[in-house]
Amino acid sequence: MNEFLQQVINGLSLGSVYALIALGYTMVYGIVRLINFAHGDIYMIGAFIGFFTTRVLHLSFIPALILSMACASLLGVIIERLAYKPLRHAPRIAILITAIGVSFLIEYSMIWAFSPQPRAYPDLLANYQLQLAGLIITAQQLFILGIAIILMLGLHFLVQKTKSGKAMRAVSYDMDAAALMGINVNSVISFTFAIGSALAGAAGLLVGVYYNRIDPLMGIMPGLKAFVAAVLGGIGIIPGAMVGGIIMGVAESLVSGFLSSTYRDAVAFAILIIILLVKPTGLLGKRSVEKV
Amino acid sequence: MLQIEGLNVYYGGIHALKDLSLEVEQGEIVSLIGANGAGKSTTLNTISGLVRAKNGKILFKGQSITSMPVHDVVKAGIVQVPEGRRVFANLTVRDNLELGAYLRRDKAAVAADMRKVFRLFPRLEERQSQLAGTLSGGEQQMLAIGRGLMAAPQLLLLDEPSMGLAPMLVREIFRIIQEINKMGATILLVEQNAHMALAIAHRAYVLETGRVVLSGPAKQVLEMDEVKKAYLGG
Repeated sequence: MNEFLQQVINGLSLGSVYALIALGYTMVYGIVRLINFAHGDIYMIGAFIGFFTTRVLHLSFIPALILSMACASLLGVIIERLAYKPLRHAPRIAILITAIGVSFLIEYSMIWAFSPQPRAYPDLLANYQLQLAGLIITAQQLFILGIAIILMLGLHFLVQKTKSGKAMRAVSYDMDAAALMGINVNSVISFTFAIGSALAGAAGLLVGVYYNRIDPLMGIMPGLKAFVAAVLGGIGIIPGAMVGGIIMGVAESLVSGFLSSTYRDAVAFAILIIILLVKPTGLLGKRSVEKV
Repeated sequence: MLQIEGLNVYYGGIHALKDLSLEVEQGEIVSLIGANGAGKSTTLNTISGLVRAKNGKILFKGQSITSMPVHDVVKAGIVQVPEGRRVFANLTVRDNLELGAYLRRDKAAVAADMRKVFRLFPRLEERQSQLAGTLSGGEQQMLAIGRGLMAAPQLLLLDEPSMGLAPMLVREIFRIIQEINKMGATILLVEQNAHMALAIAHRAYVLETGRVVLSGPAKQVLEMDEVKKAYLGG
């Protein structure tokens, strides 16, 4: 039982990172119906920005986090403007392939510029351990979970309560009708990419701190897993991404704890297959009903 | 107020609007009638900027809006209530109305307009915190019109406001359209219900396959034999 709880605790912080990445996938999908395959690479860039701001500029954790988020969000907006916007009215497959191309472009530019060698992340957070009824909780885990929760609460407030958030939901529901309200649809799309990418940037830094190691291809696997998390929760549904991310993290942690860590990547795709067979709309997804 | 000159619109190979010209004067209700596919909605969508004209001019208060982005057309004062209501079903009634006022910064005037909308449509006030998707068809139409009014339009484009509504509700909606007009908004109304549309309009245009085939004061159009035969059932 203790072992089980321990794995759940480990899974929670990992899952909250997946949730942060999954949010970007789901928000972008909700607005432009695109699976942004470059999203995992934005997360990787976030980790690298965190690395340079702390190693080279010697900033502390919070300024590094803010810079990572800012640069990632800028990158997301640039990608959208240059690569996706010109294809807005093109067939869906064109933009999907473009997303994969953008992903490769970022990955291999980074390899070219910084070598494929992994880098060791500086220790940004104190390395305490809490012992509670035989369970070990590290300060890092608490920190990651805490930051992720704060960011998600912030996002929830933004989307539900602010004018920009309402505009976002309107665009995601009906783009033309939203434009008829005077909403600048292009700005809303950019804003969505900015927010989603900022969350991925934050996730990148948090993972760098947690695993202590980053490299230019680090975004591929977490990117795919976060995509599965978004589908699991119901693609396009924000709370779904949060739930899906947590489930993915915990499942992965349990599998590597009780079976073998060899299967930790397989579990993500097993979940994907099962959800697509059993409930393709995702856990929180509803079949959309149209009223005449 | 609004002048359209020689407008040509194509959907792929289909010539949807052919040399269309029409005019709307300040304070008028102008009805655009015609059969399905005559180009009525296309006309409104081209004015709003959702559809681009191949050539021709659209002037609003003397200024060209032909290639303006949709949100700038709204800013200029032309607001469309689209066909099929298109309310944001995932948002509350109140949020829908607030989005109608998206471009406005004058909070006090927006609040006053909200009260005005609630006076016109008391049902919306009762249901303001309900999701728009849970409203009935008639209520959604009221919401769509109310949402349009929240933008404080100078020119209101109404696309088939009576579609799918019970006859009693249709009369109610048309009464409200007249009231909105009396409150100062100019109205360009697209309708299949030619009877009602001609009854409340000052002037009317009849479209057939993308072309204006008849126009004039609504009362005269109502009396024309070809209109009676084609659109008024006898």
